[in-house]
Amino acid sequence: MLIGTIVDGIVIDHIPAGRGMELYGYLGLDKLNCEVALIKNAPSGKRGKKDILKINEVIDLNFDLLGYIDPHITVNIIRGGERVEKRHPDLPDEIRDVIRCKNPRCITSTEQEIQHIFKLTDRENRVYRCAYCDTRAK
Amino acid sequence: MRSLLDISDLTVEEIDALIAKAQDIIEHPDQYAEKCRRKKLATLFYEPSTRTRLSFEAAMLELGGSVIGFSEAQSSSAAKGESVADTARVISCFADIIAMRHPKEGAPRVAAMNASIPVINAGDGGHNHPTQTLTDLLTIKREKGRLDHMTVGCCGDLKFGRTVHSLLGAMSRYEGVDFVLISPEELKVPEHVRSDILNASGVKYRETESLLEAMPELDVLYMTRVQRERFISEADYVRLKDTYILTPDKLENAKASLSILHPLPRVNEISVAIDADPRACYFKQVLNGKFIRMALILMLLEVE
Repeated sequence: MLIGTIVDGIVIDHIPAGRGMELYGYLGLDKLNCEVALIKNAPSGKRGKKDILKINEVIDLNFDLLGYIDPHITVNIIRGGERVEKRHPDLPDEIRDVIRCKNPRCITSTEQEIQHIFKLTDRENRVYRCAYCDTRAK
Repeated sequence: MRSLLDISDLTVEEIDALIAKAQDIIEHPDQYAEKCRRKKLATLFYEPSTRTRLSFEAAMLELGGSVIGFSEAQSSSAAKGESVADTARVISCFADIIAMRHPKEGAPRVAAMNASIPVINAGDGGHNHPTQTLTDLLTIKREKGRLDHMTVGCCGDLKFGRTVHSLLGAMSRYEGVDFVLISPEELKVPEHVRSDILNASGVKYRETESLLEAMPELDVLYMTRVQRERFISEADYVRLKDTYILTPDKLENAKASLSILHPLPRVNEISVAIDADPRACYFKQVLNGKFIRMALILMLLEVE
């Protein structure tokens, strides 16, 4: 499968297979006017399969969000056709307005205009809990 | 400016200081009678809870302060659709401290994020009720003279009982505390309490379905209500309901120094015949609740 070479842009690599579309939505890539390619189930040496996102523009990325999806994701910044930077996101201590609490008894289910905040409570097992009701993020 | 939303917001040293302050209030009530003069407590109770609300109000009045507020959502601006965040901002203009009860979990945290005065969580749904835990700790301290090196039995609904979860969290921070968790299979402590509190702290605990079997080793027995609606099968409820009702015959093998606690309200899980037993502490617990709330109000208002 051939995807055009990026001159100035971003390649988000090693996305867990099947989660590329979710990331596409979270990052708001549907709102960009530049070319964006989502490659699903690309072969991966380490994991067997992976998803890749190629964005033909250097945009500000929410690294906390990427870290929440999977800290093993790789972000490659391309300028002038060359990779100038390679970064792994950290597992963020807190994520805001990325995911919503599923607990129907949580105040976030009724209170408008409040941020949906999840805090990292167990780094080893990557457990996030709602800052309001302590419900574990799924 | 601090709020109290979860018992884990307090260090062990702060809990010990609050208990010491409450004990000083008990011994020298006159010295505290004017401590909060011209200060106002706002009790924002979005659902009825007569006991907790009156305890907060009595606490503030005994400190020489005054009380404003509402006791149900229908008599507040919430009925007009005002958000908790806006209510907290507005009440900050009128009062010096807020005690909030709300059916939604996390509502007091939203209030604390928007208020410019301290917020006390007076119970948010099935989530937290930190002043109940402080009440329990003060009661145990007064009855036993210590909070460490003892065996605490928790009996009844350990799955949904928020007071039990908070008590386990608070007491597991003291040295030498062992827990005996007494409940039917259906109402055992949930997995997150097991992993985040019991296993994480390394505290010694065991689980049993038999209150009678556990009784001889207990220094404290914390009773909770087994509710019919928690059971999937009516037959299971009928089979188990009487097992967890404390009656005088079940105390035959108990220590003479046992302390029996219950967060109240009681329905039928402790026989009224136990009330006269010197080991029954649940009405003393109610009184202790007022004293620890007095100590907490002083701490959060930074009144010496």
